[in-house]
Amino acid sequence: MLSKEQIAQRIAKEVKNGQYINLGIGIPTLVANYIPDELEVVLQSENGLLGIGPFPTEDKIDPDLINAGKQTITMVKGSVLFNSAESFAMIRGGHVHLTILGAMEVSENGDIANWKIPGKMVKGMGGAMDLVASAENIIVAMQHCSRDGASKLLKECSLPITGIKCVKKIVTDLAVLEVSPKGGFVLKERAPGVSVEEIQGKTEGKLIVEGEIPEMVF
Amino acid sequence: MINKTVKDAKEAVADIPSGAFLMMGGFGLSGIPENCISALLERDIKDLTIVSNNAGVDDFGIGLLLKKKMVKKMISSYVGENAEFERQLLSGELEVDLIPQGTLAERVRAGGAGIPAFFTPAGVGTEVAEGKEIREFDGKLYLMERWLRADFSLVKAWKGDTSGNLIFKGTARNFNPMMAAAGKICIAEVEELVPAGELNPNEIHTPGIYVQRIFEGKNYEKRIEQRTVSQAKS
Repeated sequence: MLSKEQIAQRIAKEVKNGQYINLGIGIPTLVANYIPDELEVVLQSENGLLGIGPFPTEDKIDPDLINAGKQTITMVKGSVLFNSAESFAMIRGGHVHLTILGAMEVSENGDIANWKIPGKMVKGMGGAMDLVASAENIIVAMQHCSRDGASKLLKECSLPITGIKCVKKIVTDLAVLEVSPKGGFVLKERAPGVSVEEIQGKTEGKLIVEGEIPEMVF
Repeated sequence: MINKTVKDAKEAVADIPSGAFLMMGGFGLSGIPENCISALLERDIKDLTIVSNNAGVDDFGIGLLLKKKMVKKMISSYVGENAEFERQLLSGELEVDLIPQGTLAERVRAGGAGIPAFFTPAGVGTEVAEGKEIREFDGKLYLMERWLRADFSLVKAWKGDTSGNLIFKGTARNFNPMMAAAGKICIAEVEELVPAGELNPNEIHTPGIYVQRIFEGKNYEKRIEQRTVSQAKS
């Protein structure tokens, strides 16, 4: 089983040179730590910044410079600032190449649910619905099962949907899977020491297993 | 040039009535109109509707207006940082409309730009689409969203001039420029107010035509929600 850091590390291998990327809150934020230095990529923050840098040192904290998680940040060389309408024009207009975000559930046709649990206080969807409706490539980072052991890879989402037919790839603590255009989770890689049978047992939606499934390499 | 200057926040918000439809700039606590919020707290008004991406925290920003029960309805994209908000919502004292963040930004932009409706892919297939017109363009589904316009918009900028031209700093810009344009009366508070002609016209973000009142604010707290630091390299 992978730790959260290892999930982030594995997702970082999906990043390609020259991409503009939006990272969601949680595990996706950790991906930034594992993107190889030789790749030139730009991180977008939907509150109005292209070129997110590392957290500031104590003497460089600026309350006027935060990310979408409201954390204090810095800017890298070549950064640019803009307003929220411009920011979502970039997102909806398809200019952001890759969106990485967390999820509570993903269905076998690529629907995602990650904003609302009935009976619990609803905090809002923030920018998630705009992001999943628009990005050309969406990767989900999540645990394979919920804390009570229920599969989060389902035939159909049971929670309120954030977006339909949008998830392309999922990296969990157990596996790397792609969503087939015809429906179903195509198993691509196993976490070290995890068997196909275990993944099968923990995937409620249709799992497609073709040939030998390799272990992830770090 | 037209002089838009008012004395202070108190004068700027003096005629906002109960039941007013307001917009307030800011993302989290960054770029919020701190002085106007403080001045509103001194007014005996209620039943406000406020369009703002977030709803402040318990003891700062819009949270202060909530605590005084001055707000009837919030129109926001994310409201998760405020326990008093949650209490009022669950008890039915407060209404909330949750809107995808990009849709919120575009609805406000459309309001200022005179576009009554537009189509967006955000929310198709979700409960956000309920009751809205869905249309297919070039093989993809979109839903229709309406503009948002306000009686008063309260924005915060870094620098401004007496004509109402505004320059923002960092990510404190966020919703402020669109809200300036979408308010029938836009009240701008700035950290530094200069005479018209002193700002470089090439660097102005919001043209003064959108701003009706401007004043230099004071005692900005600029509270930080998530203070995240990295260790200095030794």
